[in-house]
Amino acid sequence: MSTQLELVPVKPTTAIVGEPDTDSSRKGSKWFRLLVNDRVAAVAAVVLGLVFLTAILGPMLVGELANHIDLDNSNQPPFTLAHGWVNILGTDPLGRSMLARLIVACNTTLSVAVPAVVISAVVGSVIGMWAGYYRGWRETVAMRVADVIMSFPSLLLAVVVLYVFSPSAANIVLVLAITRIPVYLRTARAESAELQSRLFVDAARTFGASAQSIIWRHVLPIVLPTLLTVATLDFCYVMLAESSLSFLGIGIQPPDVSWGLMVSQGRTYLHTAWWLSFFPGLAIVITTVSATILAAWARIATDPGQRWRLTVPQKRLSRFTKTAKALP
Amino acid sequence: MTAVAEHPPAKDVDADPVLKVDGLTVEIRTITGTVRAVNDVSFDARRGETLALLGESGCGKSMTATALVGLLEPVADIVGGTAQLADVDLLGADRKKRREIAGTELAIVFQDALTALNPLYTVGTQLAEPFRIHHGMSARDAKRKAVELMTRVGIPQPETRLNSYPHQFSGGMRQRLLIAMAVALNPSVLIADEPTTALDVTVQAQIMALLRDLRAEYRMAVVLITHDLALVAEEADRVAVMYAGNIVETGPVAEVFANPKHPYTKGLLNSVPLNARRGDELKSIGGTPPDLHAIPDGCVYQERCPLARDICATTRPALDSVGSGRKAACHFPEEVKNV
Repeated sequence: MSTQLELVPVKPTTAIVGEPDTDSSRKGSKWFRLLVNDRVAAVAAVVLGLVFLTAILGPMLVGELANHIDLDNSNQPPFTLAHGWVNILGTDPLGRSMLARLIVACNTTLSVAVPAVVISAVVGSVIGMWAGYYRGWRETVAMRVADVIMSFPSLLLAVVVLYVFSPSAANIVLVLAITRIPVYLRTARAESAELQSRLFVDAARTFGASAQSIIWRHVLPIVLPTLLTVATLDFCYVMLAESSLSFLGIGIQPPDVSWGLMVSQGRTYLHTAWWLSFFPGLAIVITTVSATILAAWARIATDPGQRWRLTVPQKRLSRFTKTAKALP
Repeated sequence: MTAVAEHPPAKDVDADPVLKVDGLTVEIRTITGTVRAVNDVSFDARRGETLALLGESGCGKSMTATALVGLLEPVADIVGGTAQLADVDLLGADRKKRREIAGTELAIVFQDALTALNPLYTVGTQLAEPFRIHHGMSARDAKRKAVELMTRVGIPQPETRLNSYPHQFSGGMRQRLLIAMAVALNPSVLIADEPTTALDVTVQAQIMALLRDLRAEYRMAVVLITHDLALVAEEADRVAVMYAGNIVETGPVAEVFANPKHPYTKGLLNSVPLNARRGDELKSIGGTPPDLHAIPDGCVYQERCPLARDICATTRPALDSVGSGRKAACHFPEEVKNV
């Protein structure tokens, strides 16, 4: 009996739907396929890629053109080649090329917004998950600190800090990061507190997983899509906050330029030269919308239970679509 | 092995218990006061043997299990008792010691297999986790172990199914996965908390057969928590019947079921519809279990007991011996057969 064990009878009731073993290169192509299947997300990814490429390579290509003053050509309207291809998007009151300024501003804007979002997201999420997992005093302390930061008007905090210290890019990043930490902290804490009572976390505890590894392996992957969505929305907020600070004169300092600064500088010319505010505004909108769409795609693509949605034709996703052929 | 020879066992069972629970008492703090969910529960489990904790819902059997594996909610406190697993004091162990024995000495199989598996990871990754935590294995080695385990618990085409997610498995297959995870590190005690309640009877039979085989193969002690009398009769060697947080009767299953010494056990057995015909009234135990806030002073079962007398209202009967290896907490164990 103890040596000759009967095999447990298995009824072949379960369909074999496992995916074949994938190595790393095929995993990459899997993600690519999922992205291509969602056309909108693919476009968003391309746009975002272009924006980042512009930010990295643009200043090198355009060079000094962004600060080249030509008072004879001030406030030229866009969409005409009369003043050279560089001025196709018009010129500002000092006759500088809008196109060149947009490209250079792209670099400045992203190098403020991206670090600010990344720092606040990482710090906030780590503290939030830690507080939510352990609960107790850690949770209380973290939440009260978050409440204090939130109850203090973030713009006022920024104004104070940036007046006291010099308004450099690093300080702007730091101030924006600190004021946005509570957003991630609260989100991560709430989800983590709920997850730590789930049965699969208990199951991990019953075979000896440490708290860190549970947070890393069981809490983070589930919280991540939510945090990613929050972060993309916050990306938009940070860009606008940076433009507010620039508007107040304590953000990006001329001759440096950011999209937000361009919007606020162009505001006074809105009735005579609409393109001064319109194009940088459009750039902000396109970037944030692309980021949001891509985040929505990532949320579905990283969820094994939802992933199938990206593999079927879009119209089949509605339960109300008639898929059956009409009866004769 | 000499000890085994003195008490010749029917099967390959150790004489000395590997898990010894003594006087375990768990209280839950509620707004309206403290409630005693588990009261003075003692039992022991031996390698190669299945002990069933039998009782209706809310009787404290799952609470006993969660207290042992250290997963009690913060509102519940262990206020008394000891639990000795091999040479480890389970209730006194610090967090580090607990982590060491978790999975390697003590494992648990939960009832709801879908929520006990992380929906974001393939089952291969999850089955590999115990090996990676305790043996520090590389991902590749751990995966190979996972395939072995899946083969062992009877999952067809393990190499392919390794990369499936929990929601792509049927309920029975998920339960097999959970069992595989629990036995991965060859524990000495396996607590199975209603492992088959959510499954249909054919799958239930397969799962119980699997548990039985694994018990023999790994020489585990199995603590089976259930409310299913038939399951206890088929699978368990010994049974402890719980009622309102107390063990009211314990002993070898065959003897307890053939000749119960506690009116609650008798009542449960009488409620099994044997030879019932259409239109017959099914037997049941009248009344409901006592509110845990207001457990009577005397016997916990007095309100529903047909044998209840004055002494039952004033003195709680101790769990006393009523035969070889049998105990019952009743003042009148010999009258139970007349009920």
